[in-house]
Amino acid sequence: MKQSRTTNILFVAPCVFAFIMIIIIPFFFGLYYSMTDWTGIGTKVNFVGLRNFKTLLDSPSFYYSFLITVGFTAINILLVNIVSFCLSLIVTSKLKRRNFYRAGFFVPYLIGGIVLGYIWQFLLNNILVDLGNALSIKFLQTSFLSLPSTVIWTMSVVNTWQYAGYIMLIFVAAIQSIPSSLMEAANVDGANYVTRVFKILIPMMANAFTISLFLTLTTSFKQFDMNFTLTNGGPATRFMGEPVKASQLLAMDIFSTATANRMAEAQAKAVVLFVALLIVALLQVTANKKKEVEM
Amino acid sequence: MKIKKDSISVVKPEMIVLEVVTVILFILFMIPFGMVVINSAKSSREIIFNAIALPNNWGQLWVNISSIFNNPTVDYGGAFVDSTVITILSLIVISIFSSMCAWVLVRNKTVWSTVLFLAFVSAMVIPFQVLMYPLIRWMRVSGSFLNIRLLGTYTGIVFAYLGFGSPLSIFIFHGFIKNIPLEIEESATIDGCSRARTFFNIVFPLLQPIIVTVLILNGIWIWNDYLLPVLMLGSSGRVQTIPIAVTAFAGAYLKQWDLILTSTLIAMLPVIVLYVFAQRYIIKGMVEGSIK
Repeated sequence: MKQSRTTNILFVAPCVFAFIMIIIIPFFFGLYYSMTDWTGIGTKVNFVGLRNFKTLLDSPSFYYSFLITVGFTAINILLVNIVSFCLSLIVTSKLKRRNFYRAGFFVPYLIGGIVLGYIWQFLLNNILVDLGNALSIKFLQTSFLSLPSTVIWTMSVVNTWQYAGYIMLIFVAAIQSIPSSLMEAANVDGANYVTRVFKILIPMMANAFTISLFLTLTTSFKQFDMNFTLTNGGPATRFMGEPVKASQLLAMDIFSTATANRMAEAQAKAVVLFVALLIVALLQVTANKKKEVEM
Repeated sequence: MKIKKDSISVVKPEMIVLEVVTVILFILFMIPFGMVVINSAKSSREIIFNAIALPNNWGQLWVNISSIFNNPTVDYGGAFVDSTVITILSLIVISIFSSMCAWVLVRNKTVWSTVLFLAFVSAMVIPFQVLMYPLIRWMRVSGSFLNIRLLGTYTGIVFAYLGFGSPLSIFIFHGFIKNIPLEIEESATIDGCSRARTFFNIVFPLLQPIIVTVLILNGIWIWNDYLLPVLMLGSSGRVQTIPIAVTAFAGAYLKQWDLILTSTLIAMLPVIVLYVFAQRYIIKGMVEGSIK
């Protein structure tokens, strides 16, 4: 028994040690630093209470980042789910090359946000604009990334391109777990395809929709890489009478605040992001509990 | 009778419409890749004059690739090696240590194992943004205290990946190990196997399918990760990763799309080649990882 106890401790030690060093300690430091005047320069850090959070409350650029992050997330939830659902119907149909299509639609997910940001920057700023000039289509001639009114939508389209194939896989797994006899029975009863999808398929996939909802919610809220290389926050616009960056989402706002050596303020913004994600996670846990009860 | 006739005559054109829609969608999804490939085979001038056309001379692709690898400011080859080493080392460390930890947590029904497991699971809510700057400061402090260089080295970043990767991996292993019958391990113990040997000789081989899932989930993330490496290694440090090298190209050669696009092409290639060969496992791994 003694020996097995030593083994147990040795077995959990590496992960627990890394976990404490990399997550737990920085987390509590992070909460503390959000209430200090930390600048990243020098070693002296003074406690200032909630001053940084008060600064955020008076900062239009932070409000703006928060609002567009919520907007970006909402558009993503809609776009990603609709596109992924259509793709999942396609790749579970009787098409001959359905496995090939399924494999292809998933490829964008494998490309990291940094790389695909540059690729789409080229597509949107060069290819589409060239196409607009060549065919004299007026609205294509200015890049969608250069207008404050279109840039968030454009980022959502790129985000959908990246994640749709992944969410599609989750939907496909859900569709395949529905007994095929159910759909056949409805078919025999004379229900047409649309009725079958809305009355049988979608209700049976409720679980998969919940998973996809929370995945899209959390990934959109934390989006950084694609934002960084696709738009770098631009173009400039005005909000509540102050100049702001039209596509600077929360995670990027944190990054650029820290880059300007306003570390404590960046840390306070990060804590706000954490609280928002915590609320989402609690909602998810409640949703899962409710489902278990229903089952 | 009428219904049957309808269904026969309706099915066929429907399938054709579906096929056409699918092909159009598929092409739309693939256009970005196509554009990267054709423009990686053009000179900077050629891209400005005509980005949509096919390249005049595919040989330019090799010219661009070699100018990427021989670039004086960005050591792309070095970044390629570093990315590979960091990803592989992190995957080995994560899969071995997380499975060891998860096994102990499943097989020991104590208050401690429940507390630890809950701590790992709830930590997954914490966004990286809250941790990143305190982490760097803490790594500098504790590194100088322990006399180990944690910033700018393989050791430091692999250790950080173990910390960030183990919660999800432990969670996935935990769910899998719960369903392995205890009798297998008990008979090994009766035969005189120590606890450690029971794990490595009996349990670990049984984990093979779920290890594939853990490797894929962590592998895609680590290979493409940007913020953690750039903060820990620096954007011009000795050790680099591919995403850092790609941003370095974009920063140093503003709007020189021949170089930027070729560097993205080389960054994507290994992942896509791996995907072509291990597609079945990757798709299975992603689905299992997300549902849990």
